[in-house]
Amino acid sequence: MPWLSRSYLALVYLLLYVPIVVLVVFSFNDSRTGYNWGGFSLRWYESLFNNHAMVQAMWNSLWLALTAATVSTCIGALTALALHRYRFRGKKALNGMLFVVMMSPEIVLAISLLGLFLLLGLKLGYVSLLLAHVTFCLPFVVITVMARLTGFDERLPEAARDLGASDFTMTRTVLIPVIMPALMAGWLLGFTLSMDDVVVSTFVSGPSYEILPLRIYSMVRVGLKPEVNALGTLLLVFSLAMLMLSQWILSRSKQ
Amino acid sequence: MMQSIKQQPFRAAVLVLVWGWLLFLVLAPNMLVVGASVMTRDPATFISLPLNLDAYRQLFNPLYLDVFLASLYMAAMTTLICLLIGYPFAWALSRVEKRRQMLLIFLLIVPFWTNSLVRTYALKLILATNGLLNSALSSLGLIDQPVQLLYTEGAVIVGLVYLLLPFMILPLYSVFEDLRQDVLLASHDLGAGRFATFKNVVVPLTLPGVLAGVMLVLLPAMGLFFVPDILGGSRNLLVGNVIKNQFLDARNWPFGAAASIVLTLCMALLMFAHRLSKRRLGEEGV
Amino acid sequence: MTKTLLSLSGISKQFDGKTVLDELSLKIDDGEFITLLGPSGCGKTTLLRMMAGFELPDRGTVTLSGMDITQTPPESRPLNTVFQNYALFPHMSVFDNVAYGLKMEKRPKAEIRERVEEALAMVQLEDFARRKPHQLSGGQQQRVAIARAVVKRPKMLLLDEPLSALDYKLRRTMQVELKRLQRELGITFVFVTHDQEEALSMSDRIVVLKDGYIQQLGTPREVYERPANVFTARFVGQTNFFPGRVTAIAGERISVDVFGLNRELSMPSFRVTMNQPLHVLLRPEDIRVLAPDDTEGVAGKIVERNYKGSTLDSVIELEDGSQVMASEFFDEDDPTFDYSIGERVRVSWVDGWEWLLAEEGDEPLTDEEELAADDAEH
Repeated sequence: MPWLSRSYLALVYLLLYVPIVVLVVFSFNDSRTGYNWGGFSLRWYESLFNNHAMVQAMWNSLWLALTAATVSTCIGALTALALHRYRFRGKKALNGMLFVVMMSPEIVLAISLLGLFLLLGLKLGYVSLLLAHVTFCLPFVVITVMARLTGFDERLPEAARDLGASDFTMTRTVLIPVIMPALMAGWLLGFTLSMDDVVVSTFVSGPSYEILPLRIYSMVRVGLKPEVNALGTLLLVFSLAMLMLSQWILSRSKQ
Repeated sequence: MMQSIKQQPFRAAVLVLVWGWLLFLVLAPNMLVVGASVMTRDPATFISLPLNLDAYRQLFNPLYLDVFLASLYMAAMTTLICLLIGYPFAWALSRVEKRRQMLLIFLLIVPFWTNSLVRTYALKLILATNGLLNSALSSLGLIDQPVQLLYTEGAVIVGLVYLLLPFMILPLYSVFEDLRQDVLLASHDLGAGRFATFKNVVVPLTLPGVLAGVMLVLLPAMGLFFVPDILGGSRNLLVGNVIKNQFLDARNWPFGAAASIVLTLCMALLMFAHRLSKRRLGEEGV
Repeated sequence: MTKTLLSLSGISKQFDGKTVLDELSLKIDDGEFITLLGPSGCGKTTLLRMMAGFELPDRGTVTLSGMDITQTPPESRPLNTVFQNYALFPHMSVFDNVAYGLKMEKRPKAEIRERVEEALAMVQLEDFARRKPHQLSGGQQQRVAIARAVVKRPKMLLLDEPLSALDYKLRRTMQVELKRLQRELGITFVFVTHDQEEALSMSDRIVVLKDGYIQQLGTPREVYERPANVFTARFVGQTNFFPGRVTAIAGERISVDVFGLNRELSMPSFRVTMNQPLHVLLRPEDIRVLAPDDTEGVAGKIVERNYKGSTLDSVIELEDGSQVMASEFFDEDDPTFDYSIGERVRVSWVDGWEWLLAEEGDEPLTDEEELAADDAEH
């Protein structure tokens, strides 16, 4: 019964996408109440960009995601390399710990980090957010890079050295270019996770550094805010672009 | 295969960095939580001595026990619905031609890459008393007056299912991808009917995927506190809300910590079950 | 006039407590094509990797043109390797792959271009310079790997089972190609393989390795016709082992009893004593199959025949139950020459074509060696 399974697939996709479509459509809705169509308008985009706190939060979030993704990609890539190349004691424990970080409920990570930061007397703000975001992005980067390294020909570094490259030159000219797609995909994933995070950020951010998800959170808890439709649409376009970029990188590298 | 010329300094630096990071930002904080859970609540310093098990005792206070059971119920319902929708979905998806499959998978992870708060908020537009669903139903003449959809447990479950469905589908899809068509044919060939094949072949072979999906859905479904905040009307519906309130509002850290340890134990239990199921199929568990 | 290019002396290596090479010494001459031959796990690849610098010996020294390079890292050794699965850099074009080694030497751009083009022309891939490795066939990738290694004009080219990933026909073509290259370049080739046929057809000298020991070192002819021991005889080609016993010794001649026949043979290179048991080795092509009424040879019957095109291979079961492999060329005078299964024949050989080996506690082939030998024969 292929038509049955086909219509079933279609139905589920429909349900997944209806809210997103509604959101996008309503972001251009002139009506204030938000439930009825009042004509096309860009007024919510306008009011969004006139909201200084909102724009500031957006920049803060972008900067945070940018730095968190970069730091976690660096550490994650090195970790994946170490896991791949070296045999060492505690390798299983390291693997297991990364897996646990990935699986554990965000809220558990959130409160444990809050406890740590308060104990250390660290002021909640950019630094605490960065440390937290890097921590939850790390396992995802490691997994992405590991997947690439698993298919990596062990003889490539040897070939490079055989042809006269030092260990450093080999890393620069062979190893990094070969795992580059995975690094970029890992970075994009980290960026998105960071931009999207509510749970951990709720606990470890302070008034000195407001980020976008928390700003949205405080807006949508009560009532409807049409600006959120506009903001959501922008974020959707943004993450769609990121996702397409990452898929393109990965598919191009598979050839 | 063989260990080449060693690069000891690099290796040592990397290991120190990653172990340092994990010990400092994962292990130590988690130890802190365990520690906090056996201490006494203190309004000024959050926690103080003496050590006691009051927090754990408090978990069995009928008031909180109800919250726990309700949260468990919501998470279980979410997981069940995700499984019921996701299982046939993943099966059907794995049978689509390869080329289209890539596009469909892409469409499945688009929502995952989209801000979850915004998507939850979008549901609110649909479920509100004078929202789209009510308007649609009444214009179809199915209802006379708006039904209360928002701020119900149902709305929270819908929200959780909506956010977490891809996490159920993806591991299921990967086990269905590995499920070879000829195994099913062999089963039919040996005289098993549709149902017998499903029960004896398909279910055991896809069990690890089911458990992985359950693990990826059940735990977040207990912790995603912002979903009840937005769709459930700010009641303490999930363990996540309890933990958040204990830490950020009620300032009862020992109790919040104890509640989070319960969540961690749930995770450990699920991970153990997942490992077992994979080992039964002769695969190396992570 | 040959001079030693690379010499290994007293090389030992263990991996996880398992000895892979044991006190091994070997001298490789300038300009020769030398093959390291042996079953998997015999240490041949480890030996090659040690020459390249990817493995350090636990004990022993490696000298190149009189210089000790035991501890020299691979990037500083004037040797280059062709890897088993080519190890081409997937992110670089064919040109950049071949140019890599020259860029490491910081050669001027013009020189790099010229030499890379020259190297690509040598392997007939001039038109593929812009392609990426994944756009090439297996044979073409193989040629790129060779060009990449020889463009640096190494003193020595190390080839680690370079043809094992190719199909049979392409492998034959590449064997010829490699020989041609070696002649043209005049550099030393060290070739690792488990394929005895390949080793015989390509090498100037063959090193037969087993369990980290050199079993025999010699020209293909020596290795094939005068194997030093039972292992070499069994691993290289097919051999009949006849049990013999010394019945008389007279100067340079000895008499040996084989299947009740008394044959006069020349004295082997090792000392023999009266009544000593010996292996009398005969290659299938040395066996003569005679008519049943012939006076010479031993009686038997055909139990298997296998038409091979240019030869007819048969297995003859002797009266004591032992089996003899025979491989005969078709006789132009007798186009109908053939056997039927069960046909009675007599088996003999031409005097002087046999080879004698002393019994060495007669170890039968282990399964692994049997497999490796089968593998090598296809």
